[in-house]
Amino acid sequence: MIPNARIEEAAYTIMGKAAIEIPEDYRTGIRGMLEKEENELSRFVLMSMIDNWEAAEQDRRAMCADTGVPRYYVKVGNEARLDGGFIGLEHALRSATARATRDVPLRPNRVHPLSRQDNNNNVGINAPEIEYSFEPDADWIDVTTVHKGGLFGTDYRMLFPGDGIDGIKKFFLDVMVQFGRRGLACQPAIVGIGLGGSKDTAMVLGKQAACLRAVGDANPDPEIAKLEQELKDLGNSIGMGPMGFVGTSMVVDCHIEVGYTHTGGMPMSVHSFCLSSRRATARVHADGRIEYRTDPKWFTPYMRREGIEWCADAALHAAE
Amino acid sequence: MTLKSARLRLPVETSDLEPLEIGTVVYLDGIVYTGREGLYKKIDEGVMPPVDLASLGNANFHCSPAASVGDDGTYNLGAVTATASFRFSRFLPKFFEISKAKLILGKGGMSEQDYRDHFVPNGAIYLTTVGYGTGALLGRGIKRVRDVHWLKELGIAQAVWVLEVENFGPFLVESDLRGRSLFEQSNRETLDGIERVYAGLKFPALRRYGETVNRDDEVI
Repeated sequence: MIPNARIEEAAYTIMGKAAIEIPEDYRTGIRGMLEKEENELSRFVLMSMIDNWEAAEQDRRAMCADTGVPRYYVKVGNEARLDGGFIGLEHALRSATARATRDVPLRPNRVHPLSRQDNNNNVGINAPEIEYSFEPDADWIDVTTVHKGGLFGTDYRMLFPGDGIDGIKKFFLDVMVQFGRRGLACQPAIVGIGLGGSKDTAMVLGKQAACLRAVGDANPDPEIAKLEQELKDLGNSIGMGPMGFVGTSMVVDCHIEVGYTHTGGMPMSVHSFCLSSRRATARVHADGRIEYRTDPKWFTPYMRREGIEWCADAALHAAE
Repeated sequence: MTLKSARLRLPVETSDLEPLEIGTVVYLDGIVYTGREGLYKKIDEGVMPPVDLASLGNANFHCSPAASVGDDGTYNLGAVTATASFRFSRFLPKFFEISKAKLILGKGGMSEQDYRDHFVPNGAIYLTTVGYGTGALLGRGIKRVRDVHWLKELGIAQAVWVLEVENFGPFLVESDLRGRSLFEQSNRETLDGIERVYAGLKFPALRRYGETVNRDDEVI
């Protein structure tokens, strides 16, 4: 039985960790880009960011004052039992958000979209968002928080099968350039792409691909992994770098997630997770133990439905 | 090539800004005050701030801090990061008139048109933050919160924070006194590469309403 109080503690802790500690995979990725970058202005930006992450960790202050719209991704083991139930869990996540907003502090970014009412705690209607997934043969829950801004760097487009890889590349470039100029996307970014599903699925998959996969991680499907590498290289060959200066540092990594889609369409989304790619995960075990990490491990084989009721026959007989 | 660097004492005189070329790295000492949608909109609606902005110095930062206010009224200020400035373009004439600002600090700059029309006549320049997430470095440069105005009316994120800063930066000179823009210069320098990566890619079957095909255009 997982104690609700431990979930609250874990959620509170990852709020601070995400805001202050840059994930090591991202830092390594940016250092690699700095080695290749030749433009003086672009190099200055990358070096300033590396200095900034060190300052954040030394001072225990947020690395970026735009602490985004803090939200949660929760993966629940099929065998996990929560002593407060899911309502208790959601209460704990709201409480942890409000406490961390005051204590870290985070910027209270969350306001009512029309009245602009600010509760000064990042909690409100549909805030923080909580998304769920499940995992077989596990009795833990993973709570991940992501702090992502979100005014720029994301776009959606309905493509059609006839648009092919050209259409994908062109839309990818559109987003890189339109938000890359002046560095509105705060690049170099982890670029996540959602392909397929319905419009909303494509948006959700792309966001998760950007925020919940570490730099260096490749899609297990070799064809998709090849496209990830191609798009990453394409983005870095534009001749544009950080802040839209001349350079080669646009895309730290590219992650693509797919979903089966309408036979007539190919919806696509592109999301840029910025120079302050903030994510942190806590695993709360059945005995209340908490383990912290920076790789959310969200896209498990089960999540991608690998080997699960693929063919029509198996799906038809699944109920028997 | 090595970047030039400068340190400015606030408030500045226009003559201090004379030698600053676009692309120069700048650090600041003195007083800056924050202001974004909340402040600009109120001024636009004819509601004057509770304090004479010109008395706060002449450096306005398009920013809001990650901060909290304790029960005893003390401020806990962590990081500070700029917000994108292009959104405030239409408020500039009135703002310059009442603030007498000489330095605008923010994210992403404004257009060369804005610089020519509003900054140059006021002897003002624009400094952009770097990255844009150097919130911890900028937070380090804040020595004290001198005052906060309109906290109750606008909330923590939109209030006018008056900050005493020391070695506050880094910033880059985005516009100079002649109204030239580092970003627009970069746009021109990157355009050939952009044309090259698009070469041969077909347009999708479904265009977007009003879609431009000119890659010289910006979306701001």
